[in-house]
Amino acid sequence: MSLLDVQGLTIRYGSDTVVDGVDLYIDRGESVGLVGESGSGKSQSALAILGLLPRQAEVSGSILFDEQQLLGASEQELDTFRARRIGMVFQDPMQALNPYLRIGAQLRQILLSHGRADKAAVDASVLEMLAKVGLPDPERQYRAYPHELSGGMRQRVMLASALIVEPDLLIADEPTTALDVTVQAQILDLLEDIRDDTALLLITHDLGIVAGHCEHMIVLDKGHLVEQGQTTTLFAAPAHPHTRTLLDAAPRVDRGDVPTSATGSTILSVSGASVEYRDLTAVRDVSFAVREGETVAVVGESGSGKSSVVRAMLGLVPLSAGRVVYAGESLEGPVERRLKSQRRDLQLVFQDPVSALNPQMRVRSIVAEPLLVHESSMTAAARLERVTAILEKVGLSERFLERFPHQLSGGQAQRVAIARALILEPKVLVCDEAVAALDGSVRRQVLELLRAVQADTGLSIIFISHDLAVVRSISHRVLVMYLGKLVEAADSGTLFTSPRHPYTQALLDSVPVPDPVVVAKRAPLRGEVPSPVNPPPGCVFHPRCPKAEAKCNSTAPDLRDVAGSSVACHFPN
Amino acid sequence: MLRYTLLRILGAIPTLLLVIALAFLMVHAAPGGPFSSERVLPEHVEKEIERRYHLDEPLPKQFLRYVSGLLQGDLGPSYSYRDYDVDELIADTFPVSLKLGALAMALALLLGVSAGTVAALRQGAWLDKFVMGFSMTGISIPVFVVAPVLVLFLAVKLQWLPAGWTSEVGLKRLFLPVVTLALPQIAYIARLTRASMIDVLNRDFIRTARAQGLGTATVVRVHALKPAMLPVLSYMGPAIAAVLTGSVVVEEVFGIPGLGQQFVRGASNRDYTLVLGIVVSYATLIISLNLIVDILYGVIDPRVRYR
Repeated sequence: MSLLDVQGLTIRYGSDTVVDGVDLYIDRGESVGLVGESGSGKSQSALAILGLLPRQAEVSGSILFDEQQLLGASEQELDTFRARRIGMVFQDPMQALNPYLRIGAQLRQILLSHGRADKAAVDASVLEMLAKVGLPDPERQYRAYPHELSGGMRQRVMLASALIVEPDLLIADEPTTALDVTVQAQILDLLEDIRDDTALLLITHDLGIVAGHCEHMIVLDKGHLVEQGQTTTLFAAPAHPHTRTLLDAAPRVDRGDVPTSATGSTILSVSGASVEYRDLTAVRDVSFAVREGETVAVVGESGSGKSSVVRAMLGLVPLSAGRVVYAGESLEGPVERRLKSQRRDLQLVFQDPVSALNPQMRVRSIVAEPLLVHESSMTAAARLERVTAILEKVGLSERFLERFPHQLSGGQAQRVAIARALILEPKVLVCDEAVAALDGSVRRQVLELLRAVQADTGLSIIFISHDLAVVRSISHRVLVMYLGKLVEAADSGTLFTSPRHPYTQALLDSVPVPDPVVVAKRAPLRGEVPSPVNPPPGCVFHPRCPKAEAKCNSTAPDLRDVAGSSVACHFPN
Repeated sequence: MLRYTLLRILGAIPTLLLVIALAFLMVHAAPGGPFSSERVLPEHVEKEIERRYHLDEPLPKQFLRYVSGLLQGDLGPSYSYRDYDVDELIADTFPVSLKLGALAMALALLLGVSAGTVAALRQGAWLDKFVMGFSMTGISIPVFVVAPVLVLFLAVKLQWLPAGWTSEVGLKRLFLPVVTLALPQIAYIARLTRASMIDVLNRDFIRTARAQGLGTATVVRVHALKPAMLPVLSYMGPAIAAVLTGSVVVEEVFGIPGLGQQFVRGASNRDYTLVLGIVVSYATLIISLNLIVDILYGVIDPRVRYR
């Protein structure tokens, strides 16, 4: 008998069926990955198990846990399963932990409510659990509020809260999606180390995580179960076309072709750029150049300054030092004071397409708006012609002209944003995490689109991303930033095969590889990115660096050339 | 937290000064004076009185004299109660008003928050609809209508309670005035609590708490109540102001010898200093209570302290 036996699970909201007849089994101690794109119903299914769906949801089918029916059980009955038998970890620990309560109080209450400790012993149990999930100085975290902890620490607390009553099943819903990649690796390791014989239902969109951490996997698509089985089998021989699409769309950081280096002449260069906000230096002395027809990726975790340096280049935030040269002319001051011609040549696409488009404007007006500013003499008919042409180029037919942003899917909205940026035929396109919010297959299409436009027009692209696997297939050059500093710059061919900086190496090792044959690496780095308000002395990476020596604590390394790469490290590989 | 508190206190001082200045100017702009009456006084007597009360001085000088008096806790002499100082008159009548106001606020919070929370938990059910319907009524009907109606039924018809202020000390004579004052506040706080509780109950961290199997009562008490109280806390400032102004009417209706009644009499007697003194005391009270609310906000929401 399975520990969890879900049959024919169907979830409806009015006439919308979001989960349709899903079956799911988990044995004791087993780890199962529940995979799917957004809207596949994976989170809804997980929430249904613990009866946590909003009350408008109509749920039918059967959910047997240890031979007891959970579907239709009262809140009181469910409370005897929640935490005690089934623990749950949610995606974003900032939202999922109560910001008004100290960490200790939140964990205490769980033990007290389930009668697992009396008032005298409860503190000791909580402290023990905090230590077990690897929080340094548990006494201090006990008194801390969630906002005082880093993202990784908060997720450790979340994990502690789910496991403190020692459940038989742990449900983790996208537990690492909100975290930096080096921290994600730590949390996945911790999950693995700490769960012992607790069964795991891991919900994720990332096939790399499933490959490394789940024995079984279940693939959902639009509320339907399309395939399930042994992870190794499914990866080796996917039977369903949707599984194949997912696997094909999963970017791999460890292999695959990289674009050969671009040979055009330099069109844009940034030298000695620094950006300071009120009490922190976001970017320190960063220089780089972009060639015609080249894609340059700027990669880094939170606080790396990757967005700041590019925004300063565009004149969206002030540079505190350094200069930007475009086509032989110096770009000065904020964007409003730059020449119209300079502004039209540099365009920008943002991360979240839906909030980057004005919800009150139709697609035709959104895409035409740049023309009103830069080609004011154009007739309405000519404008419409241009809009239709550019929409066609990004793969959207005329029927999208009259739509509003909320009537678009994420991928369509991002195409509209790209069309708006491209309509002025810019020379340089900046994509700030432009594919981070998109599902795998849509992301792939958008990347294809960018590549095609580049081949067609010789556009230069600056591609800001936290994800090295995505960057690999599209960029000619990669710049790796850490805490405001450029730590390594190299052609993709060089960087992905022989990374020189220990941080680049660690970033590459942290990315989960969607292949169960490749053994998941242990988290290569300890700790998290320090606050940019108070950066470490010497080499900013030294507190986390496996190679750090005394010299690194005191002297910041300069960028120097090592076999074709520029590396800022005293001890490059 | 200390920095936050000090900044708030410093921020309150200009507000208070502005209120004093405005009140001072308005009282002096009103036509007529405390000593004008039908009987025309000989000119030299009038001059003498004006000189004694410094009314012959230029306005800025009078204002400075008033403010420097305030700093020493001196609200000046009353113009109509010849042998009394304004501070004495306020000290005599304030305790009754304070008792009335404090009881009304306590009642409003207790009933308002409970009713609002229950309504939020039973969203859409008959209990929710009842609470919301009742509170809509409570907000719509003004104090000067509620008071006579309550008196008519509970005091005159049923004779359960006294209709006015009796000499008998105790809750009985306070009941009707307190309920009258509290009613619109109960209604408003119930609505406010319901809306903010529904909002909080839909937050992710409440889903987490439910997933932890704490039970609805604990989820509400431990996790939801504190954040749901933030909008109610913000409303405390205006609520206290509303109760204070409401007490002016209620004290008149029930014949309670409180500050509100004193204020009405001061105004009809053209007792400048008394009116001014009461306005300044009210303002100080309201500003200080708002200050306390601000500081409590920092206590409840730890993230505010750092802003």
